[in-house]
Amino acid sequence: MSELFDLPSDLQNSYFGLVALHLREALIPVLVGLLVALPVAQLCVRLRWLYAPVLWVTTVLYAIPSLAFFVILIDYTGLSELTVMIPLAVYSLVVLVPAIVDGVRSVPQETLAAATAMGFGPVRRYVQVQLPIAAPAIIAGLRVASVSSVSLVSVGMLIGNEGALGNLLNSGLTYNQPRLIWLSVVGTAVLALLVDAALIGLRVLLTPWMPRATRKNDARTLAVKEAAR
Amino acid sequence: MIRIDSVTKRYPDGTVAVDRLSLEIPDRSITVLVGPSGCGKTTTLRMINRMVEPSEGTILIDGVDSRQQPVNTLRRSMGYVIQNAGLFQHRTILDNIATVPRMLGWGKEKSRSRARELMERVGLDATLAKRYPYQLSGGQQQRVGVARALAADPPVLLMDEPFSAVDPVVRKGLQDELLRIQEELGKTIVFVTHDIDEAVKLGTMVAVMRTGGKLAQFAPPAELLSRPADAFVEDFLGADRGIRRLSFFPSAGLDLLTAPIVAVDATAEQITAAGAADTPYLLVTDADGRPLGWSEPRDLTAGEITADRLLPYGRPFVAVTDSLRAALDCAVLSPTGWAVAVDTSGRATGVVPQQAIGEAIRGAHAQTAADEARDAEPDEDGKAQKVAP
Repeated sequence: MSELFDLPSDLQNSYFGLVALHLREALIPVLVGLLVALPVAQLCVRLRWLYAPVLWVTTVLYAIPSLAFFVILIDYTGLSELTVMIPLAVYSLVVLVPAIVDGVRSVPQETLAAATAMGFGPVRRYVQVQLPIAAPAIIAGLRVASVSSVSLVSVGMLIGNEGALGNLLNSGLTYNQPRLIWLSVVGTAVLALLVDAALIGLRVLLTPWMPRATRKNDARTLAVKEAAR
Repeated sequence: MIRIDSVTKRYPDGTVAVDRLSLEIPDRSITVLVGPSGCGKTTTLRMINRMVEPSEGTILIDGVDSRQQPVNTLRRSMGYVIQNAGLFQHRTILDNIATVPRMLGWGKEKSRSRARELMERVGLDATLAKRYPYQLSGGQQQRVGVARALAADPPVLLMDEPFSAVDPVVRKGLQDELLRIQEELGKTIVFVTHDIDEAVKLGTMVAVMRTGGKLAQFAPPAELLSRPADAFVEDFLGADRGIRRLSFFPSAGLDLLTAPIVAVDATAEQITAAGAADTPYLLVTDADGRPLGWSEPRDLTAGEITADRLLPYGRPFVAVTDSLRAALDCAVLSPTGWAVAVDTSGRATGVVPQQAIGEAIRGAHAQTAADEARDAEPDEDGKAQKVAP
């Protein structure tokens, strides 16, 4: 078993060390992206005219190839993790900003009017009503951003072995060892699935107030049984 | 008292939603703002708690300009119920109701026990406390909305078409419930609706508004129905205002006949005696006195009366407490043209023919006209003012 996960010494890391590194390089950018996206999205909700140009800018930024991004950043941040993470954070905005804006906008007018009428100020209303109700939409955005980030980290191998599991792919190709290639590809995929599952779990935990799909299924099977009778 | 003093709402694009509106909303009663869509009734309501700021004019609450106090303090002193309830879908029913008390700093336990108390008051089962809004029916959600508005015991309740999104049966239940709660609590309620029937049923005073935000008439519902101020109000009241007006005449004056009533186990003598009343039909009741149906006197033979051979009696009305409208409705529904009066436990207390109800209606009209003439006599100006402000 241990042989399966043995890595060439030039990687200077164990397999699970690489996994941890991969997670860090993928998820910190999404977190930073979320912190940037929240106020930007709130601005877009308040000032409707701002939304179109903001979407346009995030889309253009997303269109910059990661390699080009790295080349520009190397002058400032060198061959470091940061050079990999900055583009990933920027890319996450293209998903997160619209997810938050749509989520916040989906709060029913009556709910907002009721909150205002009960004496909620704008800040309290945003934090206690709009954000919680937008949570499922925001988490849906986080899932897309995180999974794409997990897959993109590998490109970091092109700038001085900063690609975590991506470095393994490179080693596999260099030493002609299919085992390493498999470890890299399957590892990345499993990681993406696990991150996604964790976020689904987070949503279930945070939103006990949402109609559950399973419950709907139960109702449907019941209805079918009822009909069959 | 809430006093709306020549208030105008003009939007930046020039549309006038409310046009120099003046209204005095009496304390501890239900004032209904009614009118077609676009008549400014919701805008008027929202100006009271300053969700919309008036362009001109002032709104006085107990004599003080509503702009004197901080806006959120003002809003927390007024309960607000909205169409579709507008519940916080991410909070439990209990926490929804406890929202305003929590904001006022009541503390968690006190707020929640208050919320439980209110659930009971609006007729919600205590087992719903931990549920979320999506698990409730529309009618239940609306009850939560009312409970939430009442939570901090505000003196004023603003209700914006609260019952218009639920089906007619549920709506009737909610209206009755509101009247019951109002009887217990005596809030100052301002109620917006586009449904004139709802307005007539709930309102102590009804303000009819017309498109362009102008007041067409402000009067108690009975007066609205008997003397609409103009063609617009008359048109808005609809075709059957004469019938609806009967809701305000009690059935207490009806002469109920008890002679043509026989029990299902009546003896031959009893049947003959009832037949002597010389009515075309006799009402047959069960042994407890509950109505079963009508029969012609000659079809009845002692010991052989069966319920399935009787003519249906439609629906009874409750003697004294129901209105002449209910009595007339029963007479119209009954194939024999006779209405059955029952007491609150459902026992027949008498029968009355359509003709007698018609006479009672004419009598009630004459009585009202006489009352109004007497009221108007000492002060002609007072009457003119009341009809057309």
